[in-house]
Amino acid sequence: MSTAAASLPPAATAARVVPKVHWQERLAQGLLLLCCVLLAVFLLGPLAAILVKSVQDKDGAFVGLLQFREYFATPALQRSIWNTLWVATTVTAITVPLAFFYAYALTRSRMPGKIVFRMIALTPILAPSLMSAISFIQWFGTQGLLKGLLGGASVYGPIGIIMSSIYATFPHALMIVLTALLLSDGRLYEAAESLRTPTWRKFFTITLPGAKYGLVSAAMVVFSYTVSDFGIPKVIGGNFNILAVDIFKQVIGQQNFNKGAVVSLVLLVPVLVAFLVDWRMQGRLHAQFTARAVPYVPKRKRWFDTTMFAYCTIVALLLLLVLGMAVYTSFIKLWPYDKSFSLRHYQYGLIDAGVISSFFNSLKMAFFTAVFGTMFIFASAYLLEKTRAMPLTKGAVRLLASIPMAVPGMVLGLGYILFFNHPDNPLHFLYHTMAILVLATVVHYYTSSHLTAVTALKALDNEFEAVSASLKVPFYKTFFRVTVPVCLPAILDIGRYLFVNAMVTISAVVFLYSPSTQLAAVAILNMDEAGEIGAAAAMATLIVASSTVVCIVYALVTRFLLTRTQQWRVSGLA
Amino acid sequence: MKIATAVRCLASSLVVALAATAGLAQAQKTELNVYTALETDQLKAYTEAFSKAYPNIDIKWTRDSTGVITSKLLAEKANPVADMVVGVSASSMAVFANEGMLQPYAPKGLDKLSSQYRDPANPPMWVGMDVYGAAICFNTVEAAKLGLPKPQTWQDLTKPIYKGRITMPNPASSGTGYLDVTGWMLMMGEAKAWQYMDALHANVAQYTHSGSKPCRQAGAGEFPIGISFEYRAVTTKKSGAPIDIIFPTEGLGWDLEASGIMKTTKKADAAKSVMDWLATPAAMELFAKNFAVVAIPGIAKPLEFVPADYEKRLVKNDFAWSAKNRDKIIAEWLKRYDAKSEPK
Amino acid sequence: MTPNSPAVPADDAFLRLAGITKRFGQFEALKSVGLTIDRGEMVVFLGPSGCGKTTLLRIIAGLETQDTGTIVQAGKDISRLPAIKRDYGIVFQSYALFPNLTIFDNVAYGLVNRRQPRKTIAGRVQELLKLVGLPDAGAKYPGMLSGGQQQRIALARALATAPGLLLLDEPLSALDAIERVRLRGEIRALQQRLGVTTIMVTHDQEEALSMADRIVVMNAGRIEQVGTPREVYGAPATPFVADFIGKINVLPAVSEGGGRFRVGGVSLAAATELPAGTSARLYLRPEEIGVHADGTAPAHALPARIAKIEFLGAFCLVGVVLDNGDDASLVCNVPRQLADGAGLAPGRVVGVTLPAPAIRVLG
Repeated sequence: MSTAAASLPPAATAARVVPKVHWQERLAQGLLLLCCVLLAVFLLGPLAAILVKSVQDKDGAFVGLLQFREYFATPALQRSIWNTLWVATTVTAITVPLAFFYAYALTRSRMPGKIVFRMIALTPILAPSLMSAISFIQWFGTQGLLKGLLGGASVYGPIGIIMSSIYATFPHALMIVLTALLLSDGRLYEAAESLRTPTWRKFFTITLPGAKYGLVSAAMVVFSYTVSDFGIPKVIGGNFNILAVDIFKQVIGQQNFNKGAVVSLVLLVPVLVAFLVDWRMQGRLHAQFTARAVPYVPKRKRWFDTTMFAYCTIVALLLLLVLGMAVYTSFIKLWPYDKSFSLRHYQYGLIDAGVISSFFNSLKMAFFTAVFGTMFIFASAYLLEKTRAMPLTKGAVRLLASIPMAVPGMVLGLGYILFFNHPDNPLHFLYHTMAILVLATVVHYYTSSHLTAVTALKALDNEFEAVSASLKVPFYKTFFRVTVPVCLPAILDIGRYLFVNAMVTISAVVFLYSPSTQLAAVAILNMDEAGEIGAAAAMATLIVASSTVVCIVYALVTRFLLTRTQQWRVSGLA
Repeated sequence: MKIATAVRCLASSLVVALAATAGLAQAQKTELNVYTALETDQLKAYTEAFSKAYPNIDIKWTRDSTGVITSKLLAEKANPVADMVVGVSASSMAVFANEGMLQPYAPKGLDKLSSQYRDPANPPMWVGMDVYGAAICFNTVEAAKLGLPKPQTWQDLTKPIYKGRITMPNPASSGTGYLDVTGWMLMMGEAKAWQYMDALHANVAQYTHSGSKPCRQAGAGEFPIGISFEYRAVTTKKSGAPIDIIFPTEGLGWDLEASGIMKTTKKADAAKSVMDWLATPAAMELFAKNFAVVAIPGIAKPLEFVPADYEKRLVKNDFAWSAKNRDKIIAEWLKRYDAKSEPK
Repeated sequence: MTPNSPAVPADDAFLRLAGITKRFGQFEALKSVGLTIDRGEMVVFLGPSGCGKTTLLRIIAGLETQDTGTIVQAGKDISRLPAIKRDYGIVFQSYALFPNLTIFDNVAYGLVNRRQPRKTIAGRVQELLKLVGLPDAGAKYPGMLSGGQQQRIALARALATAPGLLLLDEPLSALDAIERVRLRGEIRALQQRLGVTTIMVTHDQEEALSMADRIVVMNAGRIEQVGTPREVYGAPATPFVADFIGKINVLPAVSEGGGRFRVGGVSLAAATELPAGTSARLYLRPEEIGVHADGTAPAHALPARIAKIEFLGAFCLVGVVLDNGDDASLVCNVPRQLADGAGLAPGRVVGVTLPAPAIRVLG
């Protein structure tokens, strides 16, 4: 302090101005702090509980870095790390452009069938991730119809992991990129069109830079998802070792939580790097997002629209083929020897394995997750983006919000047991309740939803808060009258995203459910484990079907909401 | 009016969400939290029969695979939720006993059980229900296409003709895999067993993460030969898959489905009733519907697809030994076979 | 209509800034800025980007907090008040209209919060829409209006609550050239009609010259000069102001004493005296220089040669090089008729007159 004061000119040595903070600002800051604390309790607490294990031995004695030394001495480790990185990079490099052009077609062309394309693109998140792995085995495995396409290579291994991961991550990437593209400024395109800028130049000079933030976020999400998911590599990975499977082997196979914690830490490294990159990018991109909300309305261009339509048709068909194989498998008697129609897998799953009651638990859990998760995630993203001051708290919230993507669900679930089931934890009453399932699921899917919310909020004019302050309108009024309505499409997307994911989440909740809160997706995992592929496919099909129904109902309800609140977008057509 | 109802609905669902299992509804029945790895269809039959015998005990099952249940119990060690464990592998029970998580109890009629199907301690920490042993699933349709002869012994599997045709569970991920490995060690001796696995490794296409998978993959024709276990082999064959089940004559590694009482339970009496019931001949008869060997001798009836001398082929097991040496054996296994690159 | 505040200070100074400093990390955005603004005045902060003008505006609005210094508005110390407690309306370059609200609702946004009767609000909104020339826009959404129209609505919204101070942050920068010129006239007329004290930030000198009562020229966190447009144009206080506002010729010179300066081999008269031997720079606006065809030049004209002529319609910019002036070159602004009449062309010898009162001497 003294050096800083000395370097100031004499007039400025006057007392530093301490602004009076209005109670409204205090309220916002308090709420932000609360968000930070809640994230810390429900994310860092459990993580800390499990990471403590990394410096202990099996009996809980402190052993320093012994576990790390032992693990790094394993010959398979380096291969695991390398495998994980190159597979995740490949998946990212393919998925993000794939999703970007799909989103580009949805927002920048006037091709027909956009609603259908959008719905099909989201189908992969309606099913548990292992369903895609099962389906790819049916297509490309030893008995697969398309086996020849692999040219003799085995689907078990990197090829299968990459294909299944692309399928599973596609909607995640699409959702983020779509939000970024939807919110970009239409006036730039008007200006470009008045200058007769060709489409490809508009693409490189307006669309791509405008969506840069979304693209970086999407890449981060896809990369982290691929790195931390174990469902896919476990089913289709064969002997191909990656870190998430290493965790599975340690935690489930050998009940070695200590080594599992070590691998979890290793897994966090690439994601922390991704976070730092993202953070730096964000600083640089700040000035770009002063967009005026003038929606872009694409003009009809026959050649361009046809190309985009063809592209989306191909992608959508491929996505449907994956889903279709799972549905097909659920209705045949015995793959591949008796392909006659049969409902026995449904009978087995619903009646014998008793999935019906689990199914209603899943619906309930998904509903709570969507409602409370969306409220919390959007509100905290808003406070993060629009509250003044508190740089440290903001940095903490940003970091906390991006960690969950890096944490394998299994690690999170174990952490929840160790943390919340501890007799001294005052929150122990949550253990074995529906609430803890909801909390774990919200935390598990936090990052993607958070990024969607932030992308939408960043596209708002930065000065809304300043304007409402000048008009003496409290910030929360502007939040409800302007921010929420303008961001409503993104908010509804987050809600649906949380719902469908909660329907299929397995890895985090497998440790947390109780006899009265059993979930359907867990039952599917067990069926696959027991080799009941048909029943697993049947139950996955049921989840897909019910989620689809929910999504359609949701779409109808939200359409009503959107036509009421988004008139201003439609009216841009005039 | 409508709003009030909506608010009430929301409020009540919130309460439900927060306190679902906090014990709002206290029934007169004793509720017993039981963790299990039994199959759902088995559970149904067992629960039904048990409820008839003990109508005032209400069992709340938490069912998952052996690996998950074992991990869950260990993670909850500080503050266990479970009152008892039923139908989890004896290897896992040995781990729980070592961790001091179980309380010893001698169920009524314990003396009728075979001594090798219970914890040797007296009173025992855990008691066995039935045996599941290694088995090979062999897809006859695919084998015919590929011209593969039917293997009869473990040694047969090392023949070059089976290269890339065999799958088995990874002992690092699956208890069944570990059971195979220790089985070979107990029948061949450690050094010979490693030699055998070296040879077998050359033929293995894939080490799976689940004990059931190899048989299912054989059944679906993905890989014609799968090293799995008897129960899964029988159910797969019954589902119509074109497989033959082979029980190699050299010997079979095996494990038990076993039960025990958690030390921390506040409902020890109810738990003891369950233990008593599990050791009754009536219960054993139910187990015998799924398993060829149960803990009380003489009750099991010959099962379809399982040879009559099945029990004689089981190796002499030593659960304490296999529990103690698990880390060491798995580390060695991983060193030898896990770093291997993808088979081309 | 005239906005009035209860506490009217006797000296009519509406806003007083004293010793305002602001740092962003290592960067000193404002270095002890002081300024007094009168009631009803239109003051324009002018300067290159990064000079601190927007930061100063945001500090006045309470959107940033100064490190040190005081702000007194209408006799009340508002230095520490949060934005929401201050009395001003603000318009941003980005309009910041609420896209999901109709124009009516946008303008009424601050009024609704004050719990006025619906009818009063509707009347006030209509009055404001008429004022900004868009009486029929009420039912539309911002996205349906042009940039200029949107900015008019933003202005109406800022004025709706009759604030004592109107802050305009580069309000015209996002508009196209024609719209910009039209709107700057409208804003100025409106401001004069309402008599609302107004501060505008801009980097466009033409905008500042045409709209301001007084211009505050800022550079690198300091105020360089405060004055009427004529003052800052005609009598720039510092080389920066001279360079930044309008075109100007700069001649390096050495004082000969007695109000005369030597440029190369030429001696010039100026209105300022400096001790002999002092080096100085002479500043002279292009339109002050007289250019005379050879033969018609007055006796005291300096001989020069035309280097180039740039035709600009009403005017020509004539570049000349002084004979014996160490190659000192000047740009002169010559009306087209004069240039044509004199037959000016590159290479021709002309006589130029440099009137002493128009020459400004700066260090």
